[in-house]
Amino acid sequence: MSKQLFERPTITKLTPGVPSKHGAGTVIAPMPLIDGVKVDDLIEQYGSPVYVFSERTIRKAMEDIKRAFSLRYQKVQMAWSYKTNYLDSICRIFHKEGSWAEVVSGFEYDKAIRNGVKGENILFNGPAKSALELEKAARNGSFIHIDHFDELFMLSDICMSKNIEARVAIRVNMDIGIYPKWDRFGLNYENGEAWDAINRIMNNPKLKLMGLHTHIGTYIMSVDAYRIAASKLAELACSIAQKFDHYISYIDMGGGFASKNTLRGAYLSGEDTTPSFEEYAEAITSAIINSQIKPDKLPTLILETGRALIDNAGSIAGSVLANKRLSDGRRATIVDVGVNLLFTAFWYDHKIHPVSNHSGLVEETTIYGPLCMNIDVLRPSLMFPSLKRGDRFVITRTGAYNNTQWLQFITTRPNVVLIDQNRKVHLIRRAETLEDVAANEFIPEYLG
Amino acid sequence: MLIKGNIALSDNGFVFNPSSGDSFTMNHTGKEVIMLIKEGKTINEIIELMLEKYDVDKMTLERYLLDFMNDLSSNSLLEE
Ligand SMILES: Cc1ncc(COP(=O)(O)O)c(C=O)c1O
Repeated sequence: MSKQLFERPTITKLTPGVPSKHGAGTVIAPMPLIDGVKVDDLIEQYGSPVYVFSERTIRKAMEDIKRAFSLRYQKVQMAWSYKTNYLDSICRIFHKEGSWAEVVSGFEYDKAIRNGVKGENILFNGPAKSALELEKAARNGSFIHIDHFDELFMLSDICMSKNIEARVAIRVNMDIGIYPKWDRFGLNYENGEAWDAINRIMNNPKLKLMGLHTHIGTYIMSVDAYRIAASKLAELACSIAQKFDHYISYIDMGGGFASKNTLRGAYLSGEDTTPSFEEYAEAITSAIINSQIKPDKLPTLILETGRALIDNAGSIAGSVLANKRLSDGRRATIVDVGVNLLFTAFWYDHKIHPVSNHSGLVEETTIYGPLCMNIDVLRPSLMFPSLKRGDRFVITRTGAYNNTQWLQFITTRPNVVLIDQNRKVHLIRRAETLEDVAANEFIPEYLG
Repeated sequence: MLIKGNIALSDNGFVFNPSSGDSFTMNHTGKEVIMLIKEGKTINEIIELMLEKYDVDKMTLERYLLDFMNDLSSNSLLEE
């Protein structure tokens, strides 16, 4: 007779009538599969922890956002925000879905070119473009989104001295009634800076004003903020048409749509509070359509949505290393995923599901990563079933920013796999080794 | 080691301590351990029984049992 699965014995005090701060009736569903593939198989083959991406989920999200916007507006173009996740395979899925590339550095620019994106389908953002990068982007016909006046003058000089033209837009920041104001990027709308830059561009024969850009922040829960931003850009477009008889070809609303993750400490779950793509789409497209722009001159609407398209498609599968009691009696569980791999643990209360069935009983638990560092806390407090050493779990909605902001810190980074639409699993980034990390180091002879 | 005499234990894993008014839930292994204690088994007997029944090594089991006992005593469910 085979033996039964052992679950750590637990006893939990009930406090009748008073739901804990986690609310009443926390139910934590087990998660034996990711997109139809057994988590146990993934860990056995690729080790623990392992990052797992679902191509189906990515394609579904793209389908949803494209449908929401194109039902309301004729010309919509997506541009994949490289900084959100620039694993090449992930970028290529977005490009296959028709996305251009949105990049904020020379490194990301070159990555997009390597991924087969045409120069004229790259939007080049950011405050730190070098002279060489600007020249390359201009020659490739990429859209250069000017962030500040120094960049405008530098680009103008380059175009004059090399006798080339550049396709440009300006990044506009503005008061949209939310805090914090993002005025460190771009040129300000209210104080006339943006209009000043537009005039300089329109009077410069080497610079072609193609569009207007804004990115109002990230994880923006207010669709009204988008409505205000879109109508301000539309007003600018009208002023340009009026004064110069020039019609810009696009309005780029940047990224910033919230994903369904729950912000750290938020009382309500992101699943209940996050606006849908339809709601964002309604706010943005109605602001542009209802503006003074003539219907036959409506610009293409570009979206640089990052987080909301990829968060859902990524998970991390890992294992429990140990349990202990803290001095105040709380349970602590130590797992093999640290904040070096899950940077977004600083922003989100990530959901964590055990892989196997459990009794349903949960108790207040702190989840620590494996790093020998005080900051390494995945969840300061959550209601969690009792898992024992070796038990496996899945952390969901980890697809955005974790594979770009991860740290090679204390240890190396693990495998990343992609589950394709036929549920076939592909290794898309192999685990780092000591050799990988040491490869760029040199040891002066006297230390040899 | 004894569970306090007046502690009520229900079949579905609820524990009630009439002297403090606290009630508790347990998972199935927690309930099993309490039943064994109530039957008068020693810790070593409990370990033997559970090792036979469950897929778990002795060290792990001892560790979690010890933890569980601490929880019982910190919730005043054990006789001093
Ligand atoms: C210019 C720009 N576009 C797009 C994005 C993507 O934002 P999100 O992931 O919030 O959609 C960012 C992120 O910071 C950005 O800076």
